[in-house]
Amino acid sequence: MTAGAAEESRSSLSALLLDPSFWADWASVVGLVGLVIVFGIAQPVFLSVANLQALLLAAAILVVLSIGQTFVVATSGIDLSLAAAVMLGAIILGLVNAAGWGIFAACVLAVLATSAVGFLNGVLITAGKIPDFVVTLGALSGITGLGLILSGGEPTMVGSTFLLRLASGSFGPFGYPVWVAIAAVIVAHVALYHTRFGVHLLATGGQAESASALGIRTGRVKIAAYTISGFCAGIASLLLVARIGSAEPLINTSLLLNSVAAVVLGGVSLFGGRASILGPAIGALMLTALVNGLTLLSVSAFYQPLAVGAIVVLAALIMRYQK
Amino acid sequence: MSAVHHTPSTEAILACDGLSKHFGGIRAFTDVAFQARRGEVTAVIGDNGAGKSTLIRCLVGVHAPDGGEIFFDGRPHPFSNPDEARKAGIETVHQNLALIDELTVAQNLFLNREIVRRIGPFALLDRKAMKTQARAMLSRLSINVPSVTQRVRRLSGGQRQAISICRAAGSGAKLVVMDEPTAALGVQETGNVEALIRRLREQGVSVILVSHNFDQVRRLSDQIWVMRAGRMAATVRASETTGNELVALVTGAA
Repeated sequence: MTAGAAEESRSSLSALLLDPSFWADWASVVGLVGLVIVFGIAQPVFLSVANLQALLLAAAILVVLSIGQTFVVATSGIDLSLAAAVMLGAIILGLVNAAGWGIFAACVLAVLATSAVGFLNGVLITAGKIPDFVVTLGALSGITGLGLILSGGEPTMVGSTFLLRLASGSFGPFGYPVWVAIAAVIVAHVALYHTRFGVHLLATGGQAESASALGIRTGRVKIAAYTISGFCAGIASLLLVARIGSAEPLINTSLLLNSVAAVVLGGVSLFGGRASILGPAIGALMLTALVNGLTLLSVSAFYQPLAVGAIVVLAALIMRYQK
Repeated sequence: MSAVHHTPSTEAILACDGLSKHFGGIRAFTDVAFQARRGEVTAVIGDNGAGKSTLIRCLVGVHAPDGGEIFFDGRPHPFSNPDEARKAGIETVHQNLALIDELTVAQNLFLNREIVRRIGPFALLDRKAMKTQARAMLSRLSINVPSVTQRVRRLSGGQRQAISICRAAGSGAKLVVMDEPTAALGVQETGNVEALIRRLREQGVSVILVSHNFDQVRRLSDQIWVMRAGRMAATVRASETTGNELVALVTGAA
């Protein structure tokens, strides 16, 4: 390489590093690398293979949920009922299993139920012409009540060898839940970037009116996005029940907030029309790494939501520079 | 002057006769006869509220007319929605609804008619083929854009309009309908879009052009139809009229 070319590449690199839109596009990657460096220096155990494996395992559920949230946000919507749907899926799984239907039927019914919740959200939003926010907020409350009614407020033990193996078994370097998350990332990435549905999804989110003027059935696209979100909630509920061994009528609100946070960190525009799958997945990893690192540094758990909140707002500020 | 009447000739690609449309008690237009000849640029002019845009929307299936008959390629009652019109070969360039900002030039050109490869039960986008064909479509109409992978948001108004016209023409449309294609453009960009419309005609595509700009209409079109207060007031050959005559026809001073 000649001196001139080297200089040019150096100046284009510094131009890239000075360009705020570069940081906005890669916020989740930059954040993850930054956290890994900081935590790795402060607490070397953080970088141990065992801890990294535990971290990935803990991130799997959030990665799957963030993918579902990404599809909805890409249509300029938001799914506030995501964590409630996870609870509903878990309860249905527990009850169907307890009724003696077998674990596979229980898993299938759980995923069907959460997908139906997503479908219903989509139909109410498009056919009922009600804002996404209102419908999914209503669904959040409605599903919470439904979960409590179905379960009587009591947790159900799920003692299934299949779920136990799903939670604790591993293939190669990763546990099965991590592979589930990886598979979800790949399938979602292909759907978003390599299918007509993906393009129509972004068109619907970008400018719904133009998209429908060009013949795209934007209502159907939106319903599909919410159904995918519900499906992801179902998969997450299987991973959750497998992880804790019982179905609890409790909503983990941090799952909902973190799924939106991961989407924002991943560079997905909350106004729709711009999305990636890798970004939110890495955003979910980053949020999990944050909690994991703070725990290793013996920081009180009370500070963790504060740290997550600060990082999300910071990411949103950087996003303003996205081109 | 009395309303224009005619029987649609075989050289008409799109025609209507006795067409009326009202919204509740408000009359958009009444008893309108119109035809666009094959291979020509046909202009529709008129003051604001004369009924031009509503007439066009009825012709391309957005609105259903209340009375009268529409003929496309000699066939009566051709379509009941814009999708059918599109399938029959009519593409409409909407004023503000033509492109998706966040998608690339190539994605916009192939939106809702993406090229896919079948792999087993799955249909995956053939992005390479779409990029190549997008470049070919743009160069056929001599449209300059930096790259087909550029997001449309970053392009100028003239480039965007050129791409939406290219999109309309690129589907093998027989007729391209444009509502005020240069309304928001600067002088040079207007010139580029006008050149583009001429190239379309040279390639045998029929064009219907709705415009406020009388000079532009005389420069570009073969036949001019004048609407006034919900009626078709007159039709003239562009080569046989003057700007003053058009002003008089539009305002009703003639």
